[in-house]
Formats: sequence, C-alpha cells, structure tokens
Amino acid sequence: MNFEYSPAPESIAIVDIKPEYNLFIGGKFVSSKGGKRFESINPANEEVLSHITQGTSADVDRAVKAATEAYKKIWSKMSGAERGKYLFRIARILQERAREFAVLESMDNGKPIRETRDTDIPLAAAHFFYHAGWADKLEYAGVGDKPKPHGVVGQIIPWNFPLLMLAWKVAPALATGNTVVLKPAETTSLTALLFAEVCQQAELPSGVVNIVTGDGKTGELIVNHPGVNKIAFTGSTEVGKLIARSVVGTKKALTLELGGKGANIIFEDAPIDETVEGVINGIYFNQGHVCCAGSRLLVQENIKEELLEKLKRRMSMIRVGDPLDKNTDLGAINSRAQLTKIRELADSGEAEGAQRWSPECSLPNKGFWFPPTFFTSVSQAHRIAREEIFGPVLSVITFRTPSEAIEKANNTPYGLSAGIWTDKGSRILWTAQRLKAGVVWANTFNKFDPASPFGGYKESGWGREGGRHGLAAYLRGEH
Amino acid sequence: MRIDVKKTYKLFIGGEFPRSESGRSYEVYDAKGNFLANPALASRKDLRDAVVSSRGAAEKWEKTSAFNRSQILYRVAEVMQGRAEQFVSEIIAQEGLTKSQAKKQVEKAIDLWVWYSGWCDKIATIYGATNPVSGSFYNFTIPEPLGVVGVFAGGGDSLLDLVHGIAPVLAGGNVAITLANQNFPLSAITLSEVFATSDLPAGVVNVLTGKHSELASWVASHMDIDGIDGSGLDSQVYESVRLAGTDNLKRIKKFSSTQSPERILAFMESKTVWHPIGI
Repeated sequence: MNFEYSPAPESIAIVDIKPEYNLFIGGKFVSSKGGKRFESINPANEEVLSHITQGTSADVDRAVKAATEAYKKIWSKMSGAERGKYLFRIARILQERAREFAVLESMDNGKPIRETRDTDIPLAAAHFFYHAGWADKLEYAGVGDKPKPHGVVGQIIPWNFPLLMLAWKVAPALATGNTVVLKPAETTSLTALLFAEVCQQAELPSGVVNIVTGDGKTGELIVNHPGVNKIAFTGSTEVGKLIARSVVGTKKALTLELGGKGANIIFEDAPIDETVEGVINGIYFNQGHVCCAGSRLLVQENIKEELLEKLKRRMSMIRVGDPLDKNTDLGAINSRAQLTKIRELADSGEAEGAQRWSPECSLPNKGFWFPPTFFTSVSQAHRIAREEIFGPVLSVITFRTPSEAIEKANNTPYGLSAGIWTDKGSRILWTAQRLKAGVVWANTFNKFDPASPFGGYKESGWGREGGRHGLAAYLRGEH
Repeated sequence: MRIDVKKTYKLFIGGEFPRSESGRSYEVYDAKGNFLANPALASRKDLRDAVVSSRGAAEKWEKTSAFNRSQILYRVAEVMQGRAEQFVSEIIAQEGLTKSQAKKQVEKAIDLWVWYSGWCDKIATIYGATNPVSGSFYNFTIPEPLGVVGVFAGGGDSLLDLVHGIAPVLAGGNVAITLANQNFPLSAITLSEVFATSDLPAGVVNVLTGKHSELASWVASHMDIDGIDGSGLDSQVYESVRLAGTDNLKRIKKFSSTQSPERILAFMESKTVWHPIGI
C-alpha cells in the first residue's frame, strides 16, 4: 500500500508580482535617486521573482523628510481614536487579502504555505487589530498620563517572518503616533511592498509609512540619519551591537530584538508524545529560521534514548519540499548565504566530534535545502551548542539534575527563549523563575500573540515587542 | 587634652572594609579647602573583586522574597536615622552646607530610602501583566532583576544622590556596585557602615571610592556587569561608557534626580511565561 501524498500545490494565480519595484515614499511608489536594482529570487527554485531597488542616501533622506512632514502636519495632530481607525482598516485589508499575502510570502521567503497561511499572515493582521485599540488609550500604557511619540522611527526587519516582523514594528509605531521609515530584508521585500499597496487602499495619510528597500548599507543610512528619533531593529546580535554603537552620542532611542540559542528542557516526567511535537515545533518550525528557536535540547539523561527514538520516527515524517504544497512541513532555506552558514556550522559539529543524524529525505535539485538534523554527543563548548545556527539543526545535550539543567540553559550570552516540559506544576514555576530568558514556553513552544511581550535578556536585545510593554517602547514619558 | 581617633576611609566589598589592593589613596578636601581624608583609590582589581562578590550576592538577593527585601531595606533606613548626625556633619564638611540644609538633605535621603523600600513587593503588581492571548494558554509577564548594576552616584547632594542611585537598584532585586562621587566619598563610606550594620546580606552593595574617570571605563567594559546608572558621570564620560558597554549590551541609563519607579524598571527585564490550559 502506498500512503504517499499527491502534490497539493497552492495556486499562484492570486499574486501579481511586478518585474521591478520602486520605493514607497510619501504615499507613492517613486523611482530611486541613483539606486541600482537587485534580483529577488524564489529560494525554492532560484527563479527570479522581481527586481528590487537598492535605496540610496538621497532616497533615505527623502523618506525621512516625508515621514517628518507627515508626523508634524498630520499624524501627531490626529486624535488617537482616528489613528486607530486607520490601523483597523489595515488589519481588515490584511485579512481580506490574506491568501495573496500568504502565497507571496511563501514564494519570496521559502517557508511552507501552511505556516504563512496559518501563522504569519493571521498574526500580522492580529497585530494591527490589537494595536488599533491601543491608539486612544495611551495614557494607560504605564508611561504616565502624558505619553508622547518619538517622532520618526527607523525600522529594520529580518527575512525570517517578513510581513509579521513588519506588523510587529509598524502597528505599535503608528498606534502611538510615530511615523515610519521601514527597510525590509533584501531577500524578502515583496510582502512589504505589497503592504505599501495596503496603506494606499486604507488611505493612510502620505508619508506615515515609507518603505525603502535595500541591503545593510541602506539600513545603516536609516540608522545614522539625523532625522530619525528612534530605531527598532530585529536581526543578529552582531549587527545589533553595531547599531547600539552607532547611536552613542545621539539622543536616538533604540530597541533591539537579536539572536538566541534557546534551551528546550525536557524533564524525565514530561508527557513524551506531546514533548516530541514540541521539540519538532521548537526547532523545525520555519526551517529553524527563528531567533527564539529551541535549538538546544536539554534532555534528562535517563529518558534520552526513548526521546531520541521517538524524535527520529517523527522526523522521518517531516515532509521537506515545495513551500507552496499544502502538505509541506519544511520549506526552503531563505538564501544561498544562509545555507552556506548552516552547512558550515553543521560541519563544525562533526569536526568537533558530535554525531549527526538526519532522516532519509530527497531534497529538490534546485533551490536551497537542508534536511532536518540533530546532533548528539554535543559538549557545551562546541560551536553548535554556542552559536546561533538559524537553521533546522538541533543540538542534544543531557543533564542529570534540575539545577544542572538551569546552569546549562543559562550558559550562553543569549537570553531570548526557553522551553520546559514536565508534568509537575511546581517544577515548571521553579524552572521558569531561574531561566534567564525573556520568553518561557512551558509544555508548549513557539507561540506568539500581539498581547504577549516578546524580547530578550542579556545579549538577545533591548526592550520588548507586543503587549503593554512593547507599546511603551514607542512612547516617551515620565512614569 | 585628648587626641581624636581618626578614621581610615576604606572600600566596602563583600561586607568587609578592605583597603585598595593597589595601596593607592587620594586626598579629599573640605569645602573650605582643608584636608579631610585619604580615601582609597580603587583599582581595576578592586572592581573585579567587587564584581565577584556582587555576582555571588545577586543570586541570593534575587531569591529573597520581595516582602523580606522590603523589610531589610526599611531596616537600612532605621540605621540611617541613627547615624543622621554623622551624615549631617560630613555633608557640612564636604559640601559646605549650613546645618539646617545638611539636615534637610539627610531627612530627604532617609525618606527616599523608605519610599523605595516599599516598592519591592509592588513593582511586579503594577508593571507585570497577565496577557489575554488568543488560544487556550495562560500567559503572564513579570519584571525581574538584571543582576549586577554599577551605580555612578551623582555629585549634587552627596548622600541624597547615593540613595537616588542605590535604593531603586536594590528595590528591583538587583545588587549594586557603587562608585562613590570622588569629591564627596565620606557620605558613601558612612552609608557602607550603615549597610554593614543593617541586615543587608554581604555583597548586595559594594562601594568603591576613587576616580570616576578611571573606574568608568573598567565598569563599562566588565563583561559580568549587567547595567549601569551613569547619572553621576559627565556627558562625555557617559557616552564613552555607553560605547564600551555595547560589548555585552549592558542596560545603561542616566537620570535627573527623579523619584520614580522608572528608576527601578530601568534595571529590570520582563519575562513572559506561557502555559496551555487543559485537563
């Protein structure tokens, strides 16, 4: 008997990708002053999707001017209630065009349609809905009764959740009365440019949201522009530190969502089948391109064999392939550069003496692919236990006692996320209390919600996004 | 005629009063220009020793219940009150204030300490949250201390500015390495004697006297310090501290002499915990 699934691809007829894109400044798509175009490809088949503009210094300057003017003349003078209505409109349009966004995101990023359809796009809409309701209640945000926006906010977002990260940044900025110059990641600009159309459909006043595409050089121009009052960045710790250095000597506010090396701690009494699902979700969700991924599995020594057997069986069922196929679990790695980095780190794992395991799976010939993988015999000194791989690679480490688990979990300069699996409530709280991590998932993993603050301890960042805490980061005010 | 017994002004590390390991000291003069004291000139090694002591104390202090921390901090205010006259005479000598001005500063400092002591078991109530996420999950956010915070005390009011810096750090469950104002070290040293005779566990506050210009760069680049209150630094030094502090992304803040829970929260991190709801 053959239990293979037949292909079930989502139609791409719904998306209309233009051969080239301009910048979105002052409510219009305008051509760059001197900027060249670069290719944006589909990482699942390496076909060119479109040509994106590399924003120049003159472009960033124009965008900041447009944002400043919109802030002074319109957005800062509008009541919170009216601002909120624009956010509600945007949320609705995102819902109406959800399928279009989901397909486009899958094509541009390489992530499975199941995830863009069920996670990225609904959560992006939810972020606008949630923050829309805050816009006229800012005096309750915990920063005093006269909260004020910063002004022009420069926002730089990563490629792993392109539209969702845009929503995390743009929704609270607009709700609090700031205007925005946003730069999407160079490999995933398309949904941000489609979002620009949503702003037009919502009749958002010109200049409130400006989108300047380009690579890190364009991001640097935004960070260093004197007209920008606050910077919000999501990306690597390395770049986050560079940005932190570049704002020294200025009055620019800065929030950072950076890297992680999350520990997913499995105690001996954990419900084993749910735990296996949680481990899978923790590291193989979104190809492991997740800053809060549970990339270090800390398993209590006496259940290691049982857990790994079950994990192997479950991993053999992961379907790797066409991101647009509705049955796909693991899509394409976002770029050749990222694939190179994952391969290099995985190879270092073997070179340093760890044992590698992947299920047998055939990978497509074209595009960028990496099979779901775990390593055993990992020591805490190995690079694969210390460095963020940002790919579907799990490092398995064992512990004997709860305090050893805490010590190993916290033995990292990062502090973004952690997971706890156990049947015992008091042990969950004991463990959660001791973990130096901004988000702790107990008997679950990789859950996100606009009402839930997200962000890291230590070198995983500054500040929170989401909830009241995230909102406060976009406001100035005395307590 | 009796000869006064004069005090040697030393550092305060791990509940003890050592001299600087470097053997260095510097001269401090009173407001009229007369010699006042030879306080220790703390070295980089003294700072490292202080950090080791602070890190050890941090774990214990963080785990002390908020109510208990509140009581211990209140106890500090009680002992400060008992030392009021000593604080007054040192403020007069250092700052050249009148007796009534000095007395007013001491009273304000004690009252401010009491105000912060009461925040220990309220900060999480006011600034924590339960978050109504969609889906069957219980989700809450609580503020937690960073760990070790370097406090550069301001230079206006020698005692009051120390309290502005240290009290909120302790109220949030952090431990403090205090870098005393170099011109007014006596208030800081007497305050360490208060700490030593309250119920504050050893190492929860360490006090180094010396030059901010030397200490600032050592504190900023120490990888086991989590945050810095740079209120007492001039703006040029403060910016250099911000720069060096990026190596481990320290939380670095500067305040005017505000009395606000903002000063507590500046050195706290929010932790959010999710758990499924089900049977």
